[in-house]
Amino acid sequence: MWTRALWLGLRASAGGRRGFPSKADPQGSRRVTAELIEHLERLALVDFGSQEAVARLEKAIAFADRLRAVDTDGVEPMESVLEDRCLYLRSDNVVEGNCAEELLQNSHRVVEEYFVAPPEKHMEITPFCLWMPPSKHR
Amino acid sequence: MATPILRWCCPGRRWVFAGIGSVFRHGRGVPTGSTSSGKRGQSTVAQQPLITAQKPRKGEREWAAVVGLEIHAQIASNSKLFSGSQVDFAAPPNSLVSFFDASLPGTLPVLNRRCVEAAVMTGLALDCHINRRSLFDRKHYFYADLPAGYQITQQRLPIAVNGSLVYSVCVGKRQSQMVTKTAGVKQIQLEQDSGKSLHDSLRSQTLIDLNRAGVGLLEVVLEPDMSCGEEAAAAIRELQLILQALGTSQANMAEGQLRVDANISVHNPGEPLGVRTEVKNLNSARFLAKAIDYEIQRQINELENGGKILNETRSFDYKLGCTVPMRDKEGKQDYRFMPEPNLPPLLLYDSGSLPTGTDPQQVINIDQLREQLPELPRVTREKLVQQYGMLPEHSFALLNEVGLLEFFQNVIKETRAEPKKVTSWVLNTFLGFLKQQNLAVSESPVTPSALAELLDLLDRKAISSSAAKQVFQELWRSKGKTPAQIVAEKKLELMQDAEALEQLCRSTLEAHPQVVTDVKKGNPRAINKLIGLVRRATLGRADPTVIKEVLERQLSS
Repeated sequence: MWTRALWLGLRASAGGRRGFPSKADPQGSRRVTAELIEHLERLALVDFGSQEAVARLEKAIAFADRLRAVDTDGVEPMESVLEDRCLYLRSDNVVEGNCAEELLQNSHRVVEEYFVAPPEKHMEITPFCLWMPPSKHR
Repeated sequence: MATPILRWCCPGRRWVFAGIGSVFRHGRGVPTGSTSSGKRGQSTVAQQPLITAQKPRKGEREWAAVVGLEIHAQIASNSKLFSGSQVDFAAPPNSLVSFFDASLPGTLPVLNRRCVEAAVMTGLALDCHINRRSLFDRKHYFYADLPAGYQITQQRLPIAVNGSLVYSVCVGKRQSQMVTKTAGVKQIQLEQDSGKSLHDSLRSQTLIDLNRAGVGLLEVVLEPDMSCGEEAAAAIRELQLILQALGTSQANMAEGQLRVDANISVHNPGEPLGVRTEVKNLNSARFLAKAIDYEIQRQINELENGGKILNETRSFDYKLGCTVPMRDKEGKQDYRFMPEPNLPPLLLYDSGSLPTGTDPQQVINIDQLREQLPELPRVTREKLVQQYGMLPEHSFALLNEVGLLEFFQNVIKETRAEPKKVTSWVLNTFLGFLKQQNLAVSESPVTPSALAELLDLLDRKAISSSAAKQVFQELWRSKGKTPAQIVAEKKLELMQDAEALEQLCRSTLEAHPQVVTDVKKGNPRAINKLIGLVRRATLGRADPTVIKEVLERQLSS
């Protein structure tokens, strides 16, 4: 999740809208500057932590940059890949919940039935890699 | 979770604030009389004449204030906007949380039909255009009580737009005249609520309860068509009544079901609008008007002293009665809006466009919802005025208290007394007793039938109105007794025996020859003295108008 959110944020930034420098080397892959990392860390409250994480980010950008190779001239942009699907409507019944114990197992620290939010400025980055959840509407 | 941009281009009449910057510096806090008076700026001057007179006036410039509101109303539904966990306000922490609400990987949003219907109904009640196609977006925040890191909202294409909210404010010296005003409704959008953070400053930790995370919200954005705290408070009150009438939100401010942010700026009439500030989290009707009026005065004061207004977010400190800048961690927030990839567009239909052969559970028909709309408060009030010849402000008062209108209608049904009398008894005596003891209408010890019976006794002149007050007091104290029983026990019935009254009057005249002479000399107050003496002799059980008739007859004969 974190990575994906970051990636989307980065795409906007790297697209030059905000004008953060990200240098393209001869192979076309982008170097992520320390300034950009800092900005993203502040936005996402995520610590990239290591050079390895930065390298992974750069690879993700390079992967996404291949989209630019596709010629989209004259193609109307879509709102969503699901835009011609029906939005499923659920009836207003209570069918979930009552699983505090299970959920709280995910928490680093717990007080009574509360999650304790980390006091640090940064949270640990979860190493999910650009996964896409399956959609119920597909 | 506010919509970042409000248009600030609405012309129209604004209250004009006189240049009274000096009042503010002396007054310390909110100018007095801010919530109760209609013509705010003027009454502030009037109520603090000494202070303004002592200080040299900072120019005679006039100021106009512009106020826009963003309201978040929690939708009254069984389950959350995108998940099947329960909506409740008093549950153990984190017990009403699904995997989706906790943002676990692999979970997806599934839209609650009830929430969509609530948004459409609210939109229709506010005369909005309902968009047949609306879109969901992600708005990114990084707060510990928002586990996904974003809120699903409707930024690009909300469910309803371009409506209006009609409300009334009291004006005039005695607040007795109602003036109708209109605030534009820019849009209504569906969005998720966040969880709650509890700050434990003692151990400097933050505790997170996600029970509220994902509850459906209606964000209603009002155009900056208001110009003082009182107008804003009246608009919010009307919206509250509408939401409650529709049943789309319980809209209880104290429980956080209705939360208001205000955008405020001041400018000199004829000049461009000033820089605005946003006052966040106005969670009580009482403080809403206070906070807005304080902020208007603060801005005027700042500008008159050559200062500048910063485009900032402020909060209202109800203990100090002033607004203070909020610690804004990031300065300018970058919400990084993006289309919600997991939700296709929301399509709504009307009777003309209804697709055939689809599951009716999957289709929302706007026309059908329009037919089901209940009577709105404005219409209820108009009917009261028409049906009972009631003053508009009385119709407002009847709707202002939960259950009061029903109580009134039940009394009316069972009594022969005039509607005017019933209105006066319900609004003055009954409501007065409730207020004094801080009770809700449902907690009243006096039932509508008991009051109806009492008013019947009064109507057929079985008791005097002062005796009726006594009976009412007794009814309030001793549950279960009927008015007739109390009248009998306390011997409060009016003297029906005309001969006995004649006798009493005659003996009173004989006992007070001096007063009789005064009457005959033409002293108009002397007769009142005699009436009082006779009343005392009857132990208050005779109608003064009847006594007067008898006395006058006896004196002239």
